[in-house]
Amino acid sequence: MLKLAGVGAGYGPVQVLYDFDLEARAGEVLCLLGRNGAGKTTTLKAIMGLLPLSGGTVTLNGADITALPAHEVPKRGIGYVPQGRRLFSELTVSENIEIGLMARGNGRATRARVLEMFPRLSERLDQRAETLSGGEQQMLATARALCLEPSVLLLDEPTEGLQPSMIQLIRETVEAMRAQGVAIVLVEQRIEAVLTLSDRVAFIENGHSREVVDTSDLTAASPLLKKYVGV
Amino acid sequence: MEFGPHLLLATLEGAVGAAVLALTALGLSLVFGVMRVVNVAHGEFYMLGAVVAWFVASTLGSAPATGFVAALLIAPVCAAVVAMAADRLVLKRLHYDPEATIVATIGILYIMQQTALMGFGPEARPVAPPFNTRIALPWVEWGENGLALFYPWGLSTTSYKLFVIAAAAAILIGFALFLSRSRFGLIMRATQLDRETALAFGIPVERVYSLVFGLGAALAAFAAVLIVPIQQAHYLMGADPLLLSFIVVIIGGLGSLRGTVVAALLIGMSDGIISVFFSPTLAKILATLLVALVLVFRPQGLYGKKRA
Repeated sequence: MLKLAGVGAGYGPVQVLYDFDLEARAGEVLCLLGRNGAGKTTTLKAIMGLLPLSGGTVTLNGADITALPAHEVPKRGIGYVPQGRRLFSELTVSENIEIGLMARGNGRATRARVLEMFPRLSERLDQRAETLSGGEQQMLATARALCLEPSVLLLDEPTEGLQPSMIQLIRETVEAMRAQGVAIVLVEQRIEAVLTLSDRVAFIENGHSREVVDTSDLTAASPLLKKYVGV
Repeated sequence: MEFGPHLLLATLEGAVGAAVLALTALGLSLVFGVMRVVNVAHGEFYMLGAVVAWFVASTLGSAPATGFVAALLIAPVCAAVVAMAADRLVLKRLHYDPEATIVATIGILYIMQQTALMGFGPEARPVAPPFNTRIALPWVEWGENGLALFYPWGLSTTSYKLFVIAAAAAILIGFALFLSRSRFGLIMRATQLDRETALAFGIPVERVYSLVFGLGAALAAFAAVLIVPIQQAHYLMGADPLLLSFIVVIIGGLGSLRGTVVAALLIGMSDGIISVFFSPTLAKILATLLVALVLVFRPQGLYGKKRA
């Protein structure tokens, strides 16, 4: 589905990813795991075309999307929930959702379907995004990405700073997307969430893709976690 | 003339200046707000609007109203096309770097100014207003028989000046509606708030920038067409609106459209009133002093947001 081969990327002169490989399959949750600064967020930004690649290719369903302008990437069906939510803070809930719908020309049916998943947002459509609680903001960030009706969903620390009920909602949403055949690439720091939610884990170290293992082969005491995450 | 009627006259003159200034500053504020580009050449798009207005009006040469209406339609489009070309050829290649684009727009300023000097000449050239009926204004005074209405000598304005105020107000209201209700307005606001996330949701940010730069220039040109029957077109006429627009945008809050309109009213009206009662130089000194005070005590401006 989504494949990175030999990707190099970084911020200006600072290279973060080196010869990076990754493959996300339809209907699975692939978790990127590594220490702070390992290159997890950079990987997602590189997929979205938000960083210039110094090498390698990104393909989606066999089509090379490496050279696409960044604004064309979401039109191919890649939804992105950035770290820290990055909502359009001064726009209303409704307007944020509208932005999500625009990219692929989706309409009312998609909007209704997404709002059905997050009924609390329906009650706050005219409220500015910056006035929502942290959990509601995360709902909106996720809803906005789902408005693209994506075939690949990139989630960067979606449960960061959320209370347990909100974490559960995000988990249910991810599971629902997986059941619909969406390929999900998840960056997550909470090991418990990684072990219970993901199907495979890709370990990243200093910008290099290392091992990819089935989550069923991992436990909280796994030496791989100690090696790559330090827990 | 007594103080009261004199003040009314000065206020009306100030309102004309404020209306035109609000449109010009709105263009500057829009460009900074969305693109983070300080467009030092903004005054030259104003000048271009005036020069094109003169060219269109003198070429058509028939009834002043025909020439004026044509200028009102053609000049903003010309300014927008030149601005979009400048964006594509210069600003985009500099990746909209805030410092580099300041230097680049200074270059654009001189290119436009000198091109106008070569093509248009150094003379100030008038454009006939489409209509210019003198309207005597009444004043109320307490007399022997109670309140009495009378027309003091010299207390008058013209129908054209009232039109300028009304046209600028209509454009401002229309622009506010465009920004809040239209699809492109939403895209502009999203791009202003977070460029990277806008890209991640399929917004072609560079195309938006190009259109915004064109729109900013078109607003300046529109303002110039409105004022040129009162002030005449001249190749150096961009300097004053540029300075006043910067003053307005800093006082209102960089990128805040509401702040821009409020500050334009404040600066435009006070400029008009102080110029009538004292001198235009004193008006500029006070406006600049106000900018200094705002920068010291409220650097984000009246409606701007503090940046982290």
